[in-house]
Amino acid sequence: CEEQELNEADENITSEEEEYGCEDDRKRQKLLEAISALGGKRKKRLGERSEAAVQMSEFTVNAEGEGDKIDLSDLIGTMDKTPAISAKTKNRLRKLQKSKKTIECPLSKQETERIQRDVAFQKAATEVSRWDGIIKQNQRAEQLVFPVNQEPSGPKPMERVVTSWKAQTPLEQEIFALLSANKQPITDPILTPTETASLKAMSLEEAKIRRAELQKARALQSYYEAKARRERKIKSKKYHKVHNKDKRKVFLKQFDEMVKTDPAAALEELNKMELARMQERMSLKHQNSGKWAKSKAVMAKYDEGARKAMQQQLEVNKELTQKLITSLNNEEEEEGVDVEVMPDFVNDAEQGLDSSNPWMRGKLSEDHTEKEISDIVDLSAEGAGVAENTAEEEEDTEKVEETEEEALLREFDSRRKLRQAQEADVVPSAAEELDASDKEAEELTEFTSLFRGIAEQAEAAADASPSDTKTQLDEGLMRIKTLEDVELLSQEESAPEIASVQPQPSPATENLPHATQQGGKNRKRKRGIELKEVLTKETKVIQVPLAPTVEDKEDSDENLDQRGLIKEAFAGDDVISDFLRDKRKQEDAGKPKVVDLTLPGWGEWGGMGLKVSRNKRRRFRIKTAPPPPRKDERLPSVIISERKNSSISLHQVNSLPFPFENHSQFESIICSPVGRTWNTERTVKRVTKPKVVTRLGAIIEPMAREELMRDKNHGSAGNAK
Amino acid sequence: MKVKVLSRNPDDYVRETKLDIQRVPRNYDPTLHPFEVTREYTRALNATKLERVFAKPFLASLDGHRDGVNCMAKHTKSLSTLLSGSCDGEVKVWNLTKHECVRTLQAHEGFVRGMVVRYCGASFFTVGDDKTIKQWKMEAMGYGEEEVPLNTILGKTVFTGLDHHQKDGVFATCGQQVDIWDEQRSSPIRSFTWGVDSFSCVRFNPVETELLGSCASDRSIVLYDMRESMPLKKVIMTMRSNTLCWNPMEAYYFTCSNEDYNLYTYDMRYLQRPVTVHMDHVSAVLDVDYSPTGKEFVSASFDKTVRIFLKDGGHSREVYHTKRMQHVICVKWSADSKYIMSGSDEMNIRLWKANAAEKLGVLAPRERQAANYSQKLKEKFQHHPQIRRIARHRHLPKNIYHQTKELRIMKEARSRKERNVRKHSKPGTIPVVSEKEKHVVTVVQ
Repeated sequence: CEEQELNEADENITSEEEEYGCEDDRKRQKLLEAISALGGKRKKRLGERSEAAVQMSEFTVNAEGEGDKIDLSDLIGTMDKTPAISAKTKNRLRKLQKSKKTIECPLSKQETERIQRDVAFQKAATEVSRWDGIIKQNQRAEQLVFPVNQEPSGPKPMERVVTSWKAQTPLEQEIFALLSANKQPITDPILTPTETASLKAMSLEEAKIRRAELQKARALQSYYEAKARRERKIKSKKYHKVHNKDKRKVFLKQFDEMVKTDPAAALEELNKMELARMQERMSLKHQNSGKWAKSKAVMAKYDEGARKAMQQQLEVNKELTQKLITSLNNEEEEEGVDVEVMPDFVNDAEQGLDSSNPWMRGKLSEDHTEKEISDIVDLSAEGAGVAENTAEEEEDTEKVEETEEEALLREFDSRRKLRQAQEADVVPSAAEELDASDKEAEELTEFTSLFRGIAEQAEAAADASPSDTKTQLDEGLMRIKTLEDVELLSQEESAPEIASVQPQPSPATENLPHATQQGGKNRKRKRGIELKEVLTKETKVIQVPLAPTVEDKEDSDENLDQRGLIKEAFAGDDVISDFLRDKRKQEDAGKPKVVDLTLPGWGEWGGMGLKVSRNKRRRFRIKTAPPPPRKDERLPSVIISERKNSSISLHQVNSLPFPFENHSQFESIICSPVGRTWNTERTVKRVTKPKVVTRLGAIIEPMAREELMRDKNHGSAGNAK
Repeated sequence: MKVKVLSRNPDDYVRETKLDIQRVPRNYDPTLHPFEVTREYTRALNATKLERVFAKPFLASLDGHRDGVNCMAKHTKSLSTLLSGSCDGEVKVWNLTKHECVRTLQAHEGFVRGMVVRYCGASFFTVGDDKTIKQWKMEAMGYGEEEVPLNTILGKTVFTGLDHHQKDGVFATCGQQVDIWDEQRSSPIRSFTWGVDSFSCVRFNPVETELLGSCASDRSIVLYDMRESMPLKKVIMTMRSNTLCWNPMEAYYFTCSNEDYNLYTYDMRYLQRPVTVHMDHVSAVLDVDYSPTGKEFVSASFDKTVRIFLKDGGHSREVYHTKRMQHVICVKWSADSKYIMSGSDEMNIRLWKANAAEKLGVLAPRERQAANYSQKLKEKFQHHPQIRRIARHRHLPKNIYHQTKELRIMKEARSRKERNVRKHSKPGTIPVVSEKEKHVVTVVQ
């Protein structure tokens, strides 16, 4: 820099001249000094300057060239002379010399610290970001089990401990070599092959047990043999007879078992037996035709014992000639079984067996008449069937009994029907007397007419003469199934208060309009509905077969009690009429209404006794459009309401919850059931898996760095797959 | 004619031993089991109701301290051991299963400020108002022997917090600066300062064990790396954070409890805005601790309640309070994630269940299945209004209830005002600031 300045100062002087000028200067200085020294006292010089310097040291010591900065060129000057410096560095230095930039001054402390912090933070952030994968994976995981890497508790098996340890010292290696040479286990199988073989073989205790068993068996055999020998020596014929009979029985029993377990052997036995039978049939051995038998026949008149003996012989014959019935030849047997199969109607009768609620017994629409007839037919057939089943000797008497029972039943039935008819006649008159309020009666007729309309279509075939007692409905909706039921029925009928509960039979309807016309007074009447009118078909009374239904006495008694109780409890209820009223009400509510908006006095004269003009009324009466036809219009026993139920909306979700994107997603989640009622055990287990599983009493350590390594390994493995 | 006879294989219906459950063949035909949604809904409703019926979280109260409980420490190896330090310098060791104090020692003069158990579980450290750090043996002294600390370090200033490294013999204290100590030396191996005069809490990251976080009194949270000479970063919030807790399963998340009634979960890489703001407390939050599963955390507040939050839930899932519990100063979640311990002003430590309605003890397999099923049902129908109403109903003390209401009104008023101001000013001049951004002042690098 300095040099440059100088150069600028005297521009016209070249570099050589400059040097020259400097020398000149010095000379001049010296001269001036010499002149000043000549005159007066000598001044103390601060420092001796041997040459011109811009900077002066305070210690008055000036080194030559002290003030100057060392220039790169100074160094480079010597560079050429030293051979040790490589060409590369030489080049670099030369380049440096050419570029004339200065180094910036260092940053402030705050700034440097900030940079350091920033760098450190970046480092930490990248380090921490390695966990991204694991964290995301855990967030998505269906189930997390803590503690993370559980080790099975309890003592570890030896081989697992041993595998981690390796023989290293020469001694150890030698031992291992020896072990392996002798087929001794080192790691996995703890036992030697011979040891495992010996384990598989019998143990000492087992062998002892086995021996004891054998001994016992041998002893038993000898006893048995001795016994057999002893028995063979017995001379008594009777003994042998009894003995043989026993044997046969035992054999038969065994044979039955054998059929199940060993069919082939059984077949063989069967063949043997068949042969014996054939032989027996061919021979006259037990036919009471032998000599002995003839002699006995002479004696038989007087001797009881002889008669018995003959009979026994015949029995033996019968036994021997009897055909064996087994499952092996059941094909032939089928006809016999068929006889015992119950007729179908039995099942029908059993359908609503234990409904103790009397209201639940009736069926609104069922072909009654046909069934009834068929039932009766069945009954007789049944009776016959049962009779056939019994032994032939008893056949006749049994049949008589059956018919007797049947006759009894029929008698009951007819008696009951007669009584019903009587009641039907009586009740309307009572109704007349009591009578209902007009409105109610009207409603009722309306219902009945409505239902009649509906019924007419279905009822084309059915004969509906009101006087016919056969088609009349049974009172109450009770289904009769057993004899006891019938008895109960009769009891009930005798009880007047229960009878009054029963809905009135048909004649009431005929009298009803008449009654309403007659008694215009408002008298309270028990509301009754004319079932006959309302219902298209009569409820079915099912007669029940006599034999098959076996019931516990106590049970049926209980049933009776319950039934009676319920009848009593619901004595005042008339469910069907209630239902019809409800339905009527709903239909009325749905009907279009005429809204009258006429205001008297508007647009015309007003005042007392003035009528609103028809024109105006026509204009201001608004008729709403009729609603679409009801869905239950043609269904007498249903109410279909199409109104939205506000009480349900309390329980409904009114806006789509957060993670779902559309309604179908949410609905599908809600509609797929999770419980065991709808899913298999395994599915339920999978679906109801808890999200986080922790073990009781186990310390959960924080995530360890090893987890990261494991994850990496897993990741690579996964990629490999 | 062939007659078909009902015949079944006994293997299908006979159980092998009488200890087995009876085999019940089932037909899964959906027509046989109609109304599945309604039936499950009813079940879910019942399960929710039962859950509320069985929600009895309070287990025990451990009394014995003669001053408020200021800090607690979990034993690292034993679940049944809890340590607590009180405001009179006393430290007690508790047996949680027996609900009794097994050891008492006078550790400091003045408050016991911080306490931590060494990772091996053999000793523990305490710091107190008497400017000392003391290391104590975990085993009780023999009869008649005096309780003497293994080691005592006298510091220059008061220490306010303490935490131990997860695996090494290194611990950190905070006071006027954050110091890292080697257990073998009596002077810190490293000190961090950053123009702050005092810190209230320092915690090691349990996963990335060299990282630390601290809460300073200048409303900032500062992060450190033990290996660096400089702190890493700090975020300054509108109000001071009292404590901080790292998520033990997710390395970069931590949650701090703040004086402004909220808790904030941060991702340490992005401190500009918290990941979640957890609201519900009605007074300053004094302590926070994560469940060891890292899914939930518990917070203790000056409003005399303990609340449990899901780690990403803006509002608490549970609130615990009793009539007698005063300001809750410290809270810990047990290492098996089943219990919560809270220490409060009125000298008691309370033991709570982490899941209020959970049955404790061993569950029979069928019991567990039933519990899982009802849990799943609750989850499935959680959006239905009736079920939600029942599941979310909690009883609150009157004052907290009213304070909550008041806070809500205040918040509404503020937001309404902001809306109005925005409405009456030039569009774009008043930006919409989200709740998360509101509470962060700056991030200093």
